[in-house]
Amino acid sequence: MTTPPRRRLVPAYLATHGRTTAAGAGTLDRLSVLHAAADLPAGLGGEHRQLWELVRPGALTLAEAAAHLRLPVSATVFIAADLAERGALSVRAPIPSAQPVNRDLAERLLSGLRALK
Amino acid sequence: MDFAPSSSNAALLGDGPAGAPAYLPPTDPVLMKLMVTGPFGVGKTTLVRTLSEIPTLHTEETMTAASVPVDDISRTPGKTATTVAVDFGRLTLADGDFVLYLFGTPGQRRFLPLWEDLARGALGALVLVDTRRLADAFDAMDLIEEAGLPYAVAVNRFPDTPPIALDAVRAALDLDPATPLLELDARAREGCVDALIALAEHVLDRLPQESTP
Repeated sequence: MTTPPRRRLVPAYLATHGRTTAAGAGTLDRLSVLHAAADLPAGLGGEHRQLWELVRPGALTLAEAAAHLRLPVSATVFIAADLAERGALSVRAPIPSAQPVNRDLAERLLSGLRALK
Repeated sequence: MDFAPSSSNAALLGDGPAGAPAYLPPTDPVLMKLMVTGPFGVGKTTLVRTLSEIPTLHTEETMTAASVPVDDISRTPGKTATTVAVDFGRLTLADGDFVLYLFGTPGQRRFLPLWEDLARGALGALVLVDTRRLADAFDAMDLIEEAGLPYAVAVNRFPDTPPIALDAVRAALDLDPATPLLELDARAREGCVDALIALAEHVLDRLPQESTP
């Protein structure tokens, strides 16, 4: 008898309560910066609590949070959007002023890389 | 690991547990993303690991069956999606003003939907090639060109790689004269940093000059 591969106990569709859309999810991407902002609202447990606890000591990108929680990125987006909507999570864009990539940023990146040598 | 056809998390986390989270510096850094791509087994994961200041992380990305005509899913009836593991790492620059994320992603054409999603907002891409199978790099270059990203090409030198002139590689890959091409060992940090510098210079060259008021 072979043992099938072990799965996470809670499948992704349950982690999102079966929803496929979440308010605010469209503005979240892998490099959105997540940081716990307030107390966890009552009634939120499970993976919401895990994400909130993960980013309480400091900020992480959504991709890093997904990797640490071993959740698919898509499910993490929904959970983060839920928490943000309730004020329990602060979310900021990867580039704080939401400016497009310009020469100034590219030049700063280049000099940062050169300084590694 | 490039590709995890199973959804088992044990298999996904090939390096073992992700360990304690490495939080971002409290400096509100600008986050930027570069893609590292190329054929299977070309050294993408190795290069990300060499450069990353944190143990590389993996996310599980799902693609629907429609986008993966090549995968054999016949042994798992009812399976409509395949899972791809994406490796990534990060590098803090300029005393915490910048954090650069490196995403190692498969460069096969069938991963186009995932690629487009992952590459959104990326600054550029580094294509790794193996001179013993140069043609395998064409898919990755096509994906990048379709995404409109500037890219550099790096030959990953394996111990048994026969010597080959970069000019010959440039000709075989039909590279634009402006596309940076260099050689590195994905296990050695200095060459990997040089490749990122060449890519960043190329990104800068391609950005329009700001008009002076």
